[in-house]
Amino acid sequence: MAEKPSFPGYDTMARRDTQSWNEPTRQAIDARLSVPREPRFFTVEEWDCADALCQLIIPGVIDPPLVALLDAALHDGDGHGTRTQTVPYRREAWRQGVNALDSCARGSHGKPFAQLGKDDQSALLETIQRGEPTAGQWGAMEPQDFFKRCVLGDIPALFYSLPQAWNEIGFGGPASPRGYVRLELGHRDPWEAAEVGPDGDSDTVERKNRHVV
Amino acid sequence: MWSDALNAPRARDGKAPDVLHQGGWVEMREYRDTEEVDFVIVGTGAGGGTLAARLAEQGFSVVAMDAGGWFRPIEEFASDETAQEMIYWNDHRVTDGANPLTMGGNNSGKAIGGSTVHYAMVALRFRPEWFKSRTLLGYGADWPIDWREMWHWYAEAERQLSIAGPLSYPWGPKRGRYPFRAHELNGAAKLLAEGAQKTGIEWTETPLATLSAPYRDANGTSPPCVYRGFCRFGCSTNAKRSSLTVFIPRALAAGAEVRDLAMVGKIETGPDGRATGVHYHRDGEWRFQKAKNVIVAGYAVETPRLLLNSANDRFPDGLANSSGLVGKNLMTQSNSAVWGRMDTPVRSYKGPPSLAISEHWNYDDNNDFHGGYLWLGQGPMPIEWAGVLTGAKGLWGDALREEMRDYNHMVGVKMVGETLPNEANRVTLADDVDQYGLKVARITFSYGDNDKAMIDHALQQMRASIDAVDASDIFDQPDDNCHLGGTIRMGDDPTTSVVNADGRSWDIPNLWVCDGSLFPTVGGVNPSLTIYALALRMADRIGEMSKRGELYRCRM
Ligand SMILES: Cc1cc2nc3c(=O)[nH]c(=O)nc-3n(C[C@H](O)[C@H](O)[C@H](O)COP(=O)(O)OP(=O)(O)OC[C@H]3O[C@@H](n4cnc5c(N)ncnc54)[C@H](O)[C@@H]3O)c2cc1C
Ligand code: SF4
Repeated sequence: MAEKPSFPGYDTMARRDTQSWNEPTRQAIDARLSVPREPRFFTVEEWDCADALCQLIIPGVIDPPLVALLDAALHDGDGHGTRTQTVPYRREAWRQGVNALDSCARGSHGKPFAQLGKDDQSALLETIQRGEPTAGQWGAMEPQDFFKRCVLGDIPALFYSLPQAWNEIGFGGPASPRGYVRLELGHRDPWEAAEVGPDGDSDTVERKNRHVV
Repeated sequence: MWSDALNAPRARDGKAPDVLHQGGWVEMREYRDTEEVDFVIVGTGAGGGTLAARLAEQGFSVVAMDAGGWFRPIEEFASDETAQEMIYWNDHRVTDGANPLTMGGNNSGKAIGGSTVHYAMVALRFRPEWFKSRTLLGYGADWPIDWREMWHWYAEAERQLSIAGPLSYPWGPKRGRYPFRAHELNGAAKLLAEGAQKTGIEWTETPLATLSAPYRDANGTSPPCVYRGFCRFGCSTNAKRSSLTVFIPRALAAGAEVRDLAMVGKIETGPDGRATGVHYHRDGEWRFQKAKNVIVAGYAVETPRLLLNSANDRFPDGLANSSGLVGKNLMTQSNSAVWGRMDTPVRSYKGPPSLAISEHWNYDDNNDFHGGYLWLGQGPMPIEWAGVLTGAKGLWGDALREEMRDYNHMVGVKMVGETLPNEANRVTLADDVDQYGLKVARITFSYGDNDKAMIDHALQQMRASIDAVDASDIFDQPDDNCHLGGTIRMGDDPTTSVVNADGRSWDIPNLWVCDGSLFPTVGGVNPSLTIYALALRMADRIGEMSKRGELYRCRM
């Protein structure tokens, strides 16, 4: 497989005060980056479990921590408003889900999920993802469906709502009112991320990426 | 929250937001609740907004209500997938069946303008035979309207929406030129074209409801599209031609009243069994608007829900339901896709997501399944793309984060496929209640064998097309659904349909439906242009009926 694209020096936030960002976008991103970093929806124990889960789904240093965004989203609303036969509405599902994860960890290792080693945590998630039985209490909720709908449905969405994530994948980011001009395959607008390879060597690309405003 | 559109109604005291001007307001005529208006319309999307404009322009008194907020896109829409959740219908609903439908942003809007505020603007006509699919093609149910009549209203809708499309359209009977020139193709569209050419099928530039040149009329101006790509999260430039930017300003100018944050909970009927008006929730209280006619345009889930929630002693099974068909024959369109990786950056986030199209398989009848499908170029935003990778591949952890880095290199095509009507797929009422205390919709859906056979065929064909452009790491995204249709079938026979060709209830002659729920079959094209065309036709028919004295206590 080809080497993964890289975009050295690219920072979506550099365009914050340009024609690519309008005021509602600035306000939305500012609010997201300054999200309260303490539980308002979750209890402290639930927060710790959800935090460990977020770090497993999207590893690495992330600021703000995804658990803060998850807690805020659930505090502010009930998310995508559908329930199925096996997964309740979002607030209820998440509260049940993290408690169930803890009960699984306690059942098999005698301690809460957040205190398990990464390998044990991953093994538990893989078990759930495969639909195999766990040692926890899930009530009427189907663990595999919770994993699919809530864990994989919500946590990556929180990460890819952050400029940090856009930098990593070379996404152009917010784009109003300026939009784009060069639509042709392989063409790059001067305010888009340059990529090592197609847009030059590492030094050239880094120089271009300093001027994506 | 930067937008206060959801805090309190904006349309009041004789003025309403002017969506075409920054900070603008326009005068709005108002009616008292006790005034028996000619028409109250529930919902302001492709059906309701269009009808509000066309009925008011003919001189009828009109009050249109929508549960959603009234946004001014140019000053309130962020370029952001998450912040724009405010324009979706995310109220509680229950889904079940073998293939529970994904609901929310992918198919349900909640705003003045309805789902057209965030639609992808693909503006297509049905294949003529689909209006008689039972008789001519042997499946589904016939529409009660002739395709030639629809052809006229399609052209009218395309003109009023300034559709930008190709000089000549490769499929179906001849049609006139599109009013605006087609948009330039982006990388993803070029690859769709190349794939089609190499596999020997036709493709074209997609007819789109976004401007390819500036537009001006008496209500204001709109600029051409700037290719920012966030169309499905609301267009912040007003290049998008929608119910919100086209028909709502016209409705206001013609004297309609449009009420935002007005949730209709029940339609009332009188001693004679006619509709007398609607109970609606606005500004923290329940109110009652009197009307001579009620038109429901809440789309394929909310429309049947409202009719079922309006059950009373005289109509215990819900209004307009003597056929027992209210809520039945719910259809979606299958939305499976195939993706691959190009060596060259594609950056498909630029431009409207679907700038190129192939309708080849809508016009081929030599398959082992009924119905047709098309495919469109794609431009997923990062969160959507993460959803594809988690949904189709179950990725998480480092594997997900690594694979996401190929984002700019990915190319894909996605089908819009016809599903067949089936009475078991339906909208009923659940026991859960929403924030207004109203029973929520239960949406039951399972794909049939025909639907599955079509999806398999489409995946194979789309794979061939992606393969033909030398993409690597090709994979299928088999599970996805989009647009809705059915649940209030229109027809010629009161025992096998809920309403007639004019959307008029067989049971209650001053109760009408005008939205995507009318479709007896959904065809293999995106539905909005057909809904606009039906609404234009219906407004015209109502005008004629009124002149002939065929409307209930309402004559122009
Ligand atoms: C992301 C997305 C992309 C799409 N892309 C395309 C495309 O490219 N091409 C295409 O042709 N179609 C597309 N569609 C589909 C198209 O938008 C819909 O089919 C069309 O808008 C449906 O029109 P409608 O009038 O039936 O309902 P809607 O436009 O959904 O309007 C219904 C309105 O009724 C309101 N309402 C419902 N119940 C009540 C109530 N009880 N009281 C008050 N108000 C109520 C809702 O708030 C809503 O605003 C897309 C849809 C989505 C969501
Ligand atoms: S690409 Fe065009 S239509 Fe889509 S949001 Fe941008 S300006 Fe509007």
